[in-house]
Amino acid sequence: MKRIAALFLTVFWLALPAAVHAVEPDEMLKDPKLEHRAREISEGLRCLVCQNQSIDDSNAELAKDLRVLVRDRLKAGDSNEEVIDYLVNRYGEFVLLKPRFGGHTLILWLTAPAVLVLGIVAVFFAWRRQRSAAAAGPRGPVELTDAERAELEKVLKDRKGG
Amino acid sequence: MIAELGHYALVLAFALSLIQSVLPIWGSQRGDPRLMAVASPAAAAQFLFVGLAFAALTQAFVQSDFSLELVWANSHSTQPLIYKFTSVWGNHEGSMLLWALILAFFGALVAAFGHNMPATLKANVLAVQGWIAAAFLLFILTTSNPFARIFPAPMEGQDLNPILQDIGLAVHPPLLYLGYVGFSIAFAFAAASLIEGRIDAAWARWVRPWVLIAWIFLTLGIAMGSYWAYYELGWGGWWFWDPVENASFMPWLTGSALLHSAIVMEKRDALKVWTILLAILTFSLSLLGTFLVRSGVLTSVHSFASDPTRGVFILLILATFIGGAFALFAWRAPSLRRGGLFAPISREGALVFNNLFLTAACAAVLIGTLYPLALEATTGEKISVGAPFFNMTFGPLILPALIVMPFGPFLAWKRGDILAVAQRLAVVLGLVILTALITAWAMDGGPLLAILGIALAAWMMIGAIADIASRIKLFRVPAGNSLRRAVGLPRSAWGTAFAHFGVGVTVLGIVTTSAWQLENIRVMKEGETATIGGYEATFLGSEGRAGPNYREIAARFRIARDGRELGVMTPSKRVYTARGMPTSEAAIRSIGFSQIYLAIGDEMNAGGVAVRLYWKPLVLLVWLGCVVMAFGGLLSLSDRRLRVGAPTRARRTVAAAE
Repeated sequence: MKRIAALFLTVFWLALPAAVHAVEPDEMLKDPKLEHRAREISEGLRCLVCQNQSIDDSNAELAKDLRVLVRDRLKAGDSNEEVIDYLVNRYGEFVLLKPRFGGHTLILWLTAPAVLVLGIVAVFFAWRRQRSAAAAGPRGPVELTDAERAELEKVLKDRKGG
Repeated sequence: MIAELGHYALVLAFALSLIQSVLPIWGSQRGDPRLMAVASPAAAAQFLFVGLAFAALTQAFVQSDFSLELVWANSHSTQPLIYKFTSVWGNHEGSMLLWALILAFFGALVAAFGHNMPATLKANVLAVQGWIAAAFLLFILTTSNPFARIFPAPMEGQDLNPILQDIGLAVHPPLLYLGYVGFSIAFAFAAASLIEGRIDAAWARWVRPWVLIAWIFLTLGIAMGSYWAYYELGWGGWWFWDPVENASFMPWLTGSALLHSAIVMEKRDALKVWTILLAILTFSLSLLGTFLVRSGVLTSVHSFASDPTRGVFILLILATFIGGAFALFAWRAPSLRRGGLFAPISREGALVFNNLFLTAACAAVLIGTLYPLALEATTGEKISVGAPFFNMTFGPLILPALIVMPFGPFLAWKRGDILAVAQRLAVVLGLVILTALITAWAMDGGPLLAILGIALAAWMMIGAIADIASRIKLFRVPAGNSLRRAVGLPRSAWGTAFAHFGVGVTVLGIVTTSAWQLENIRVMKEGETATIGGYEATFLGSEGRAGPNYREIAARFRIARDGRELGVMTPSKRVYTARGMPTSEAAIRSIGFSQIYLAIGDEMNAGGVAVRLYWKPLVLLVWLGCVVMAFGGLLSLSDRRLRVGAPTRARRTVAAAE
């Protein structure tokens, strides 16, 4: 529910201003287009020494170095993918906040969709069983448990008494 | 001396929890009312003694008794009184004690207000509560004793972590724990009914108020935590998909699903097995959250392995309760009576849809939180799962539930007419399109998806209003009649409308801040002016100041619009003397529901200071929406049916239905 729009952002790469940052004024590139790309890339890269922060959010020294590195690569003419590949080669996949789809992340990527699909299948079968049970005719009277019987007695007695 | 008494009270509470765990359930199995009657006084006494222990610890903190290791490590004599007080739970041991206190509190509440319930159910519920309490009290006593002394007693303490020295610490953890731990009641109810092997619609009516209470507090707790992170962490984000946040968000998701499925169970006697499963699942996720946050496993899998006592203990608690509950479920659930027939297009169907997507969305959060830990533990491979992953997987799974939400209240129970509902919602759709067009016009087009986001928010908000309008037959009968109908409407109907409206409000805030936030990051020298969103901020200069336990450099900015002064904002950089730790205190000014967010960075070499200016349009709606949701929950809770209806109705159900 939270950050729906941020989701749109990541899925469709629309030209929205980015959310949060610790980028410093002296690091920023003169060319706003290039700077915008740098921000986009930075948001998906983990500050390796922090807990769950992108290099765009972090004040750590290393994050600053990485931000500068990203901008250097962009100035050298790399595409976004090339910059990201360069960093993954250097630091491993750990640097990506969104792991790549592959053998080692199959479970990660497929669990939630699988839960949904299994859920839909389960609901379908439950509904069908319920319908066929209904078609077979109304349920017979259900036996009361001893406790219920006692409760019933009591209530009826109360009614008579009151 | 008082600390020792507190420690002793904690031991007594543990002993009481053992009694509460054993005698009542023994009684309910043997049909012995005297044994069952032990449950209530034991629960009340347990609460009393945990309360005494908590009071003893609080006293030590407030009086800065540094002979207690915990006080020494987390407090300082110069701290303002409020932070001395909140330091009690600003650490591992104290927060576990708060956890146990709230658990005991809920147990005592059931003991005090559960007199409508059948005696066996009450005894079993309190017994299950007793098991949980015993496990956690034993955990505190053996691995996290808050009353440990040090000798010789130091003269001065090490201060509370400066980030925690905030009013947020006074409010956020208690609210969050009231939510988290509140779900233990739903769990206890589920386990008790499985033990008895019997469950009916009345069960849902007894358990629903507890679920509602827990959900209200969790909603507020998460919102409060989010706002705290927003203003304290200094860069203006309000949700980071941090594992700690996820830990609280997961029980919220399944708790919301539980809230809805319990309605189906109560009204239609359907979804019983599923509701039980959700109750177990929700508290299991609360326990998982406690494990994630308290074991240190998040900081590093390795640090967890090197000092495993606490982590392994909580893991054992986790495995015992979750494993035990699921085993009980697998054993007993097939024998539960099923009932309540409904067509796919019906109120029940809509609620099943809601449950399906909420659960799948929760699965996305769960796997994203746990997978990196599991992968590292098994293969040693390290990956990161952060915001981009969650936005991509969680978003599409929650979106359908949000889109379908307004349909739910319009659909009839058992068999709904989707065309008739679509007709009634056509007016809403018209208004939504109008809203989207006006927004697009006002924002000069704006990104298409932001406009769609606005439309989604409007759809939910106007849909909620239309629900009420249709119930009171607004514009179709004279206004006086409508008013009378509005007054006569059940509180729970108002609750639904408010809660759904609140979701729309939150989404609106999310969309506007994400899409139209403005930023201006630059170096400013004295006398310079920067603009943000039509406001001018002039840097007046900075000055050193001394607080009770910190020093700070505060920068003053004059905020004006079209030359008219609105006030002065003073963001600062602080250094807390005891720990030498720097923090950044942002300055925030609300204008309507929007905010100017101003933070300063380091002094620059060339003179001047790095300044971050943000314009956050309608950002307050993000949290205000949560407050509206919680208010909706409160209205539902005050519904007559849940207050006085329960005993008479319940008896009637037993007498008439079965």
